[in-house]
Amino acid sequence: MSARVLVGVKRVIDYAVKIRVKPDRTGVVTDGVKHSMNPFCEIAVEEAVKLKEKKLVKEVVAVSCGPQQVQETIRTALAMGADRGIHVEVSGKDYETLGPLQVSKILAALAKKEQADLIILGKQAIDDDCNQTGQMTAALLDWPQRSPEDGTFASEVNIEADKLKVVREIDGGLETIKINLPAVVTADLRLNTPRYATLPNIMKAKKKKIANVKPADLGVDVSSRLEVLKVDEPPQRQAGVKVETVHDLVGKLKEAGRI
Amino acid sequence: MGIFQRFARIPLKSTYIWSLCRQYSTDLTAVDRALIQHRCVHNRGLGASPGNPGAAPPRLPFSRVTQEDLAFFRTLLPGRTITDPDLLKSSNVDWLKTVEGNSEVLLRPKTTEEVSQILRYCNERNLAVCPQGGNTGLVGGSVPVFDEIILSTSLMKQVITFDNISGILTCQAGCVLENLSNYLEERDFIMPLDLGAKGSCHIGGNVSTNAGGLRLLRYGSLRGTVLGLEVVLADGRILNCLATLRKDNTGYDLKQLFIGSEGTLGVITAVSILCPRKPKAVNVAFLGCSSFQQLLETFQCCRGMLGEILSAFEFLDASCMSLLEKHLKLTNPITESPFYIVIETAGSNATHDEEKLHKFLEEVMTSSLVTDGTVATEATKIKALWSLRERVTEALTHEGYTYKYDISLPVEKIYDLVQDMRGHLGDMAKNVVGYGHVGDGNLHLNITSPSKDPALLAAIEPYVYEWTSKWKGSISAEHGLGLKKRNYIYYSKPSEAVALMGSIKAMLDPKGILNPYKTLPDNIH
Repeated sequence: MSARVLVGVKRVIDYAVKIRVKPDRTGVVTDGVKHSMNPFCEIAVEEAVKLKEKKLVKEVVAVSCGPQQVQETIRTALAMGADRGIHVEVSGKDYETLGPLQVSKILAALAKKEQADLIILGKQAIDDDCNQTGQMTAALLDWPQRSPEDGTFASEVNIEADKLKVVREIDGGLETIKINLPAVVTADLRLNTPRYATLPNIMKAKKKKIANVKPADLGVDVSSRLEVLKVDEPPQRQAGVKVETVHDLVGKLKEAGRI
Repeated sequence: MGIFQRFARIPLKSTYIWSLCRQYSTDLTAVDRALIQHRCVHNRGLGASPGNPGAAPPRLPFSRVTQEDLAFFRTLLPGRTITDPDLLKSSNVDWLKTVEGNSEVLLRPKTTEEVSQILRYCNERNLAVCPQGGNTGLVGGSVPVFDEIILSTSLMKQVITFDNISGILTCQAGCVLENLSNYLEERDFIMPLDLGAKGSCHIGGNVSTNAGGLRLLRYGSLRGTVLGLEVVLADGRILNCLATLRKDNTGYDLKQLFIGSEGTLGVITAVSILCPRKPKAVNVAFLGCSSFQQLLETFQCCRGMLGEILSAFEFLDASCMSLLEKHLKLTNPITESPFYIVIETAGSNATHDEEKLHKFLEEVMTSSLVTDGTVATEATKIKALWSLRERVTEALTHEGYTYKYDISLPVEKIYDLVQDMRGHLGDMAKNVVGYGHVGDGNLHLNITSPSKDPALLAAIEPYVYEWTSKWKGSISAEHGLGLKKRNYIYYSKPSEAVALMGSIKAMLDPKGILNPYKTLPDNIH
């Protein structure tokens, strides 16, 4: 099989970190904060590597858009089994305003350039929760797009002839879908359990290539049409009030104008 | 009936005593031998016997709780004097479910003053008291043996002060370790100790046990990090040595008496402790080794190449891994190996630490000291790798009855003990596993059988203690002596030392009401 898979990986603030809003309310604090690969992207990489191990695809290419630091994220994907990486350099103000629309344009351009047969992405990123990149990329390429459903996916993603065969569990049993390649697949949480990158692979990953590309080289304009006005923390949850008797409860409800 | 119960009625020259003495007559002095003989005679046929020195001795003549006593407690601690047997049940049994007392009263003071009044009253009335923190102790020291009143620190959970320049935290003894960690982490500091029981254990209990834990390698023991204590003595006097000074050489350092005294010299009510800064970069590596010798060489390499950023070096063997997989459904992140190492680095610069760590990993991989491994830098993955070491104790509880041994030995001898025990016990034991703080020379040897088996216990003890004593190790590295190991103290301490301990106990607690039957051997009376 000569299929080539493109996997998008995003560097996000680690999900265990407590998010703090910047004092000027233009965004969240990212300096000195622990970052890691988006969990959904890890699952996407794992799925791609599994396809390679099943010999259904020949090459897995990991792509990330951002400043110098995203190379760490690409290295992690390489340590999990990707063959090479592409770092699309976007930094400074452009990086702050980079969103699904621009990323999907970049991915679409790369897919054409690299002649990819399959794009696997995470369903959404845990920082913006957009869940848009996969769909937009597919639309731009005019490829079919499938999102294996959460919690019920039966770990069957296969390539037969020129079609992507996906088996998923649904309420009534198992559903088998065939979609034409090339296609975009977005990975949800329970698709697989990402492997630990073992030391021998981490060592090998250091020697794998990461190519540098600029959005301009791909003919993509990364300027944003959205402007962030302000970022606020969610309102603090007020403590509840405990009352001793039903009488008190009724009284408090009346006071609050609820009854 | 086991061999030793039968021998219990036979006069002194039982096979047990003489074989004991013969075995290491060159190591024990004549006095020690006499003392061991005396101990066994004294307890012959009652409770603790030569075959079971860990069992409870007969009840000492303390008063019993009367309605008047209850009335006093209820006035002093309204709503916090528990007498309901259902509520008392969990406080009467230890975490391992191996010892059970029958206390009828559980007290929950909120302040040092209340503790003082409780002890003053109990001292006058000659009522025995069992101080209790999180009840996570592993030697039966935290639960009553008979009807001792349980004095719980569970409502003494206030943080008193925290100075974020010096990093000195002052808090009440009932603060849960994990809560303190969370409190400090928000302020960019961490607790100097960490252990698997962190979600339940109280800092007062940690100090009373002189708990070691996973970070001892880096931050040292509580004897160095505790700066001050507030202790209530047996007669109710409040001893306020709650200094918050890093250096204070004015007179004898009394707090060292109470650290590790397991609640037998006084009840700790507040602690001031020096906390290190929270590291900016934490990495955890999980490695596999094919032999213990290579594990030790990896440790040397680690010490050399990681140096000051090394914050933990733990090991577990293949038996532990299979129990984790079997009972807790945890997955082994690397290929199966006879030994696994957990290495943690903590430093202030991620790039610097990662560079050192990667150089070290490259070195041990290319020299084949390590056969496989993985590294984690993200919080979730780090937790997952740590749980492979921290949850072994939990996995063992699913195997039936566990016999736990917490031994300090010269580092190169650590695994010899595990292999020796396997050979010695043969089919009698279901599992013989070894894991622990190999960086500190501390082995946790655990043996399981489907249910409590006196014959197995007789085969393990005193063989394991004699083995330890032969290599001048400690029979209890960090767990303390509690109830279960009190009579074994002579394997690791000379008789003059134990006699002096007895004198100190008599001076601070003449009526012996604080945590009786624990820590000091029965023959001390």
